[in-house]
Amino acid sequence: MATAKSAKFDIKSYTGFKAITMLCLFVLYAPLVVVTIYSFNSSVSLTNWEGVSFRWYVDVFTGPESGKFKAAALNSLIIAISAATMATAIATLAATGMVRGGKFKLRAVSFGLISLPLMVPEIVTAVATLIFFNAISFERGIMTILLAHTAFCIPFAYLPISARMQGIEDSYEQAAMDLYANKRQAFTKILMPLMMPGIISGFILAFIVSLDDFIITNFVKGAGVETLPTAIFGSVKQGIKPNIMAISTMLLGVSILMVTISYFVSKADNTK
Amino acid sequence: MSSKEQIAIDVRDAVKRYGDFTALKTISLSIKDNEFFTLLGPSGCGKTTLLRMIAGFEDVTEGAIFLYGDEIENLPPNKRPVNTVFQNYALFPHMTILDNVAFGLEMRGAGKSEARKKAGEMLELVQLTQFSTRKPSQLSGGQQQRVALARALAPQPKVLLLDEPLSALDLKLRKAMQLELKHLQRETGITFIFVTHDQEEALTMSDRIAVMSAGELQQLGAPTDIYERPHNMFVADFIGETNLLEVSVDNIENGRAICHLGGGHELTCNEVEGVGVGSKVHLSIRPERLFMSDTPAEGESLKGSVKENIFVGTDITTIVDLQDGPDFVVRTSNSDRGNKRIFEPGTEMFVNMELGAARLLVD
Repeated sequence: MATAKSAKFDIKSYTGFKAITMLCLFVLYAPLVVVTIYSFNSSVSLTNWEGVSFRWYVDVFTGPESGKFKAAALNSLIIAISAATMATAIATLAATGMVRGGKFKLRAVSFGLISLPLMVPEIVTAVATLIFFNAISFERGIMTILLAHTAFCIPFAYLPISARMQGIEDSYEQAAMDLYANKRQAFTKILMPLMMPGIISGFILAFIVSLDDFIITNFVKGAGVETLPTAIFGSVKQGIKPNIMAISTMLLGVSILMVTISYFVSKADNTK
Repeated sequence: MSSKEQIAIDVRDAVKRYGDFTALKTISLSIKDNEFFTLLGPSGCGKTTLLRMIAGFEDVTEGAIFLYGDEIENLPPNKRPVNTVFQNYALFPHMTILDNVAFGLEMRGAGKSEARKKAGEMLELVQLTQFSTRKPSQLSGGQQQRVALARALAPQPKVLLLDEPLSALDLKLRKAMQLELKHLQRETGITFIFVTHDQEEALTMSDRIAVMSAGELQQLGAPTDIYERPHNMFVADFIGETNLLEVSVDNIENGRAICHLGGGHELTCNEVEGVGVGSKVHLSIRPERLFMSDTPAEGESLKGSVKENIFVGTDITTIVDLQDGPDFVVRTSNSDRGNKRIFEPGTEMFVNMELGAARLLVD
């Protein structure tokens, strides 16, 4: 009886539920699936299927553009790791202050200031950052990209870290202090390990956001300095070749790997 | 052995204010060495605030706290040789049971192996040796409670603070833990300060109880003092069950006060300081101090009729209606039914008590 009754309000029984779900999934994933499949196409054509081959993957690493892509990928990786590390460190401190700082004036304002960059159109941030670097005569290059990425990654790292921290009762730190730990020991031995899943999630999110950023990077990068997204864009401007699809598929693979790690890390809840 | 009268914790005129709100209004009390001391009161009475002030988690707005003669109210928690058993236990979830118990010892500078060895001994004391490699989440509530106890006792604090540690346990386990705690206190000889809102728990375990309400100390004394000689209405009402009656004092003679209950009923009580002739005050009589008979017994007797009998397992509770006067609750123990009578509802009878069973209360 009870199951029959609740089934009436089950969203799955709504008319068109299945059709709409399938449509949404199709719109979301069809382009990715197409790109992934055609990255294994042996043809020079983008759309004519001629058979399975890894030639475009080989082309990425050995072809005429391979030098450019390798340098760009290395830049992207260095920037993403450094920017995510710095952003995570700053976000951890910010979350500690916001969540453990007690009630202070301008707390709501502080939260707004930390998360506002998420809402600001990226092009505005890009222009503002460029003007800022010009104003202080900071020569554009890999450093400007790194600084800009660090700045806009902070809110992405902050959100999972502070969410995690809010779930940690302060009685753990109190118990540590009660058991003769000083403030630093209470932080490093108790709070940090408990926050670790949030910190790792924050780092991964910041890493992905930095890795695939195009707009801000394109504005603040110096001449001749490319990251993977700007290199891909530059290459596409001269006509799309299947090697772009191979790079995209590899990037997609990295993203999926990162998201998967993040998922398992957050599932390993060490407070329970 | 230190002398029995040595003072472990001395709270002197301690005040706690949060902005405009006063959580604790000028409290002074001394807790003796080797004592099982309980802070008892309803939620919001300030008992946990006082405990947290002793632990160092709350600052003292005014006044001072001494620990064996040393002033401690300005020291951080990690500089005070007291340990706390938290209400939610606050066991470190990412550490094993053994590492939890060893934590305090290590922070105090013991080597890792020495700390673990002592922690193992503590786990033996609370009979949890076989769980030492598990994480807290793999233990039951009662086991976690014992780990919290072992962790707090391991660094051998001068005073152990317990913040309602039994409130999350079920009744049976709670009763067993009450005895275990009491035994542990006797064995270790450490001063325990126990916070609870459960008056029965307080009466069972404590050497002395401080009853608190609305940020003030209401009464401080041994369990029997508090139960049998409550100072005021709050204490009489909060501790145990009682008949609280509004009376007017008609006459005071030879240390005895004649009280009028309404409807022509009169009772004689011992005189209490601060209660004069003509004052309207309250009077408390414990239900188990009353007994029923069909003719007036020696002592104080009041005529009434039985309204209702309620069977509550070990006792029978009888509601007695005094003509034109207040209702009385009389409790008769089932084991006493040979000596004491139970009347059917509607029967006229007398409610009796010894002189002194009824106590006048100030305010």
